[in-house]
Amino acid sequence: MATSSVSKGCFVFKPNFKKRKISVPIEEYFNEGKNESEDSKLRFETYQVIWQQMKSETEKMQEELNKNLFDSLIKFLQKSHSGFQKNSRDWGCQIKLREIPTAALILGVNVTDHEFTFRSLTEAIQNNVTPYVVKLQARDCPDIKHFLQKLFSQLMDCHVDVESKEEEKDIQKKTHCSMDSLSSWYMNVTQKTDQGKPRKKRTSSQWQSPPVVLILKDMESFTTKVLQDFIIISSQHLHEFPLILIFGIATSPVIIHRLLPHAVSSLLCIEIFQSLSCKEHLTTVIDKLLLTTQFPFNLSEKVLQILTSIFLYYDFSIQNFIKGLQLSLLEHFYSQPLSVLCCNLPEAKRRINFLSDNQCENIRRLPSFRRYVEKQATEKQVALLTNERFLKEETQSLLESLHVYHTNYFLVLRCLHQFTSSLPKYPLGRQIRELYCTCLEKNIWDSEEYASALQLLRMLAKDELMTILQKCFSVLNSSSEKQLGSTAKRIEELLAQLQSLDAEVKEEEDASGSQSKGLQKTDLYHLQKSLLEMKELRRTGKKQTKFEVLREKVVNFIDSLVREYLLPPETQPLYEAVYFTAAHTLHEHLNAAPRLALHTALNNPYYYLKNEVLKSEEGCIPNVAPDICIAYKLHLECSRLINLVDWSEAFATVVTAAEKTDANSVTSEERNDIIHARFIRAVSELELLGFVKPTKRKTDHVARLTWGGC
Amino acid sequence: MNKLELNEDKVLEVRFVGDDDVLNHILDREGESLKNGSATVGGNKVYSFQNRKHPEKMAKLASELAKTPRKNVSYSLKNDPEIMTDIPQCSKGHSPSDEVQLKNNDKSEFISTTRVLRKRLIAPRNHSDSESEYSASNSEDDEEVAQEFEEDTNKAILSPKTQAQNRVVSAPVYKATPSKKMKRDKTSDLVEEYFEAHSSSKVLTSDRTLQKLKKAKLDQQTLRNLLSKVSPSFSAELKQLNQQYEQLFHKWMLQLHLGFNIVLYGLGSKRDLLERFRATMLQDSIHIVINGFFPGISVKSILNSITEEVLDHMGTFRNILDQLDWIINKFKEDSSLELFLLIHNLDSQMLRGDKSQQIIAQLSSLRNIYLIASIDHLNAPLMWDHVKQSLYNWLWYETTTYSPYTEETSYENSLLVKQSGSLPLSSLTHVSRSLTPNARGIFRLLIKYQLDNQDNPSYLGLSFQDFYQQCREAFLVNSDLTLRAQLTEFRDHKLIRTKKGTDGVEYLFIPIDNGTLSEFLEKEEEES
Repeated sequence: MATSSVSKGCFVFKPNFKKRKISVPIEEYFNEGKNESEDSKLRFETYQVIWQQMKSETEKMQEELNKNLFDSLIKFLQKSHSGFQKNSRDWGCQIKLREIPTAALILGVNVTDHEFTFRSLTEAIQNNVTPYVVKLQARDCPDIKHFLQKLFSQLMDCHVDVESKEEEKDIQKKTHCSMDSLSSWYMNVTQKTDQGKPRKKRTSSQWQSPPVVLILKDMESFTTKVLQDFIIISSQHLHEFPLILIFGIATSPVIIHRLLPHAVSSLLCIEIFQSLSCKEHLTTVIDKLLLTTQFPFNLSEKVLQILTSIFLYYDFSIQNFIKGLQLSLLEHFYSQPLSVLCCNLPEAKRRINFLSDNQCENIRRLPSFRRYVEKQATEKQVALLTNERFLKEETQSLLESLHVYHTNYFLVLRCLHQFTSSLPKYPLGRQIRELYCTCLEKNIWDSEEYASALQLLRMLAKDELMTILQKCFSVLNSSSEKQLGSTAKRIEELLAQLQSLDAEVKEEEDASGSQSKGLQKTDLYHLQKSLLEMKELRRTGKKQTKFEVLREKVVNFIDSLVREYLLPPETQPLYEAVYFTAAHTLHEHLNAAPRLALHTALNNPYYYLKNEVLKSEEGCIPNVAPDICIAYKLHLECSRLINLVDWSEAFATVVTAAEKTDANSVTSEERNDIIHARFIRAVSELELLGFVKPTKRKTDHVARLTWGGC
Repeated sequence: MNKLELNEDKVLEVRFVGDDDVLNHILDREGESLKNGSATVGGNKVYSFQNRKHPEKMAKLASELAKTPRKNVSYSLKNDPEIMTDIPQCSKGHSPSDEVQLKNNDKSEFISTTRVLRKRLIAPRNHSDSESEYSASNSEDDEEVAQEFEEDTNKAILSPKTQAQNRVVSAPVYKATPSKKMKRDKTSDLVEEYFEAHSSSKVLTSDRTLQKLKKAKLDQQTLRNLLSKVSPSFSAELKQLNQQYEQLFHKWMLQLHLGFNIVLYGLGSKRDLLERFRATMLQDSIHIVINGFFPGISVKSILNSITEEVLDHMGTFRNILDQLDWIINKFKEDSSLELFLLIHNLDSQMLRGDKSQQIIAQLSSLRNIYLIASIDHLNAPLMWDHVKQSLYNWLWYETTTYSPYTEETSYENSLLVKQSGSLPLSSLTHVSRSLTPNARGIFRLLIKYQLDNQDNPSYLGLSFQDFYQQCREAFLVNSDLTLRAQLTEFRDHKLIRTKKGTDGVEYLFIPIDNGTLSEFLEKEEEES
């Protein structure tokens, strides 16, 4: 069946029923179409396991992060509700109480993450406050009618009552949705529960009339009119329909007053809630997913860099960051046959025993492994390269040491971060992810920033130093594995020494205090003189205080830790199995540059076609290039309007010159026609691509739509 | 310059080179920017504004490109007199009058219309001064003349051609941009340049129209026939490119199943590639192919084909949102249901609207709907804000194929393609066959009237009263009520449209082009 027609644009293909049942499992796609299908099934399973773990971990984490916010929100909801409850019998009081309790939820510009927040918020409210939670989006509510309809239908869905559902559906269809019908429905429902249906006791045991919570997910994009009308109407019905609003706001709370006139906003009783900033969010995500040995999968420096810059410069979206993580995970397992070893240590050791010969070859081909082999003694080299058994044993021990390396790495990294995160100007970055990136990239101790950071560390005051050391101590103790046990002990010792310094330091302070007292009394000349003397003294003698000696010790200690443990991963044999390095694929698929691709294709066809004929110096284009390239190149030379005649003649000039040799066979008339046809095609293609458009300003002209090269 | 003068091939060759040289010379100071324009790195070009383009640069570049290695233009010129006349014409010669001017070679002998008078003002200058004088046109005087000239350019770019040397064509135009601009070039105040180029309402381009060429517009069929004769170049390389992309098919399937959606971009039609994808991977699953470039496509039709053909639902929906909700629920309920959507040109005219994109994005975010789409427009990614992008969950794949957009552009009301009008014609005959003879007569009356007035630019339509009068006279109707009743039927078929004139009178006209109408009349007469 053809998929082009002049009368329709959609073509449905439905294979017969029997055929359809044989659906291909996803794993098939994982290994098909590839030469290296080593352990592909296992790899795919591992991918799924790790991804599921990561996903649930992030979800759990997001919930934890939102916990504070939700708690205060729920408290607010309960409070505003209790007011209603108290007055529910007292109508007079109720009429006075016209203000709709409203929570303004400032969520930040990362709109894509809001969906998750709202989902868990709804859940939390349903569990704690009221079953009647309705979420509305601006795109569903172009006018008040739709607004009420949506509200109505969603409320019906909230009220899960099997018997009455059918009947309610009918009601919904029949009745014209209005606030009156809403409130009568509400009365109906609450009375029903009053009469005592144990099923509904979950919430109504506390409150006879649970409030209705309406969440407007994207408050900014609602039409002002709809919002205003709804608020005015519902405030009239507040006494019989206990409504609470929650506004989801991406920008700032001022927007409420900008959208709603005073008359309307005065009907609201607004309280503002601020959610956690997305940057903190990101820090937690990286902390929980990457800076941990819980997941064997790691990102190389470039990949991490790309993911964080997409986050910071494009959208602030955690969801997208996770998506990038998922893609890198997938790519890693898809492209690296040895990724089969990217699982937890015992499992990996088991898997090594079942590795095929091919896979052993793959291991031998790893650059990091080759480097490792070269460093070994000759007989061991031979054994590694020829004996599969020996290789497997060696791989096991290497994997183990890789695991140990990671454990130590993250601990030391955190310690170092404790030291550097409080330095002025943050030479190594304020966030741990920046520090991590630098450490992944190269030997951090070779960098200038590191040197300056150490210098700054040598100037720390004692109390700062002590708090940092204490934090480091707790970091080291937090890990269950005792790899760095001695280090922790060492830090403890240093701490103790610092504390014992206290008394001595006090004495010194006294001494210096009296000295300065003496200085104050002298005149300027003497002061200068004595200062000079002191300077001289310091330079020559440079007698350090005990504290300074100790501080030096601490700094040297941390420096030695860094040099020992923060080696870049490339130095570790077999690191390829657990690090995803193909940053360019990630960049291509997540952050593509379609304009650039178009421009390159048009401007430099050699880049794609790789034909020597097309090779030319920068900025020029050979006359044998595809027609569209030539037309494009010519159009670049024009200003806003392009005369089609000129264009077509220029095009003909170029093309004829290219075609000269083989053109003798056809008559010139026909050839001209063909060239004209080619020109027409090229121009209409450029029109499709959005470079030119027809214009009425002058006959037979097109307007150029781009300014600049592309 | 004209062919009469050039009886020797050699002369032409020398001339041609000279032309370039002089042009370069004249544009000496602009040389810098010229280089900017054509010789910088790709990246620069993409992100920077460029200098205001010279109207004649295209011709210049064309001749340069034509001369690129291996193919020598002078050689080609010698062999082929046809092109010889072509090239010069493209850069300068316009009308026979030009040639006459060139023949006399003496400017003061012209008929003295005001226009020519003005020309004469410049002409002596042009004549007497050396060429270097043009490039250094800084004096107020010169500029004024140039300005004056510019006013005239739309009517006559030709005046400089009064000089035997064609190359001067560009000089006055060049002067028309004030010398200040040159300084600005140096500071490269790109934004200013942009606004400068867009500030003047006049654009300097030549006045030639396609009508003067014989081969003005081709219709779709001839165009296809002609193009079929062109042997595609670089087929080996293109094949290799395509093979490279085909290897990704399995990966696409995998990623689609894992919740991503795939968007293809890059130059060249991706239709064939997607068709191959469909043929190799999707034979056993339900899928919908959507031609975004089809002018009648809409989200409604996409949703309809999902509800009616995929889900076998016969009911109707109040609006699109309801329909979407219904589909979403259906897919959420039944997780065994799987649907592939292949959209060619997701960025087409009809689908690029915010609402359409929103709906497609919502569909694509479903777990068991897999979307693979292609985009071509330069600014296509601007359609999507963050919300839509996260709904789409795109993975981008570059698939530059260089294949011609044959199918995609065939519907388009393309610039140079004449509309054959076969579709409206057939529907016209179809509708008219179902009409009563009287109604047909009424319609024919209106057609004739419209055709009679086709040369009248202020023709609005036939006023209802006049129409009624004419119909009465032809015994087609007996009261204006019957006429109105007949008209409703036409209006329902979109054969007639009404417009209110300035005097409040209703005017009727047929929104179909005159060519089709006359063809229709001919056919009708043949039949009867």
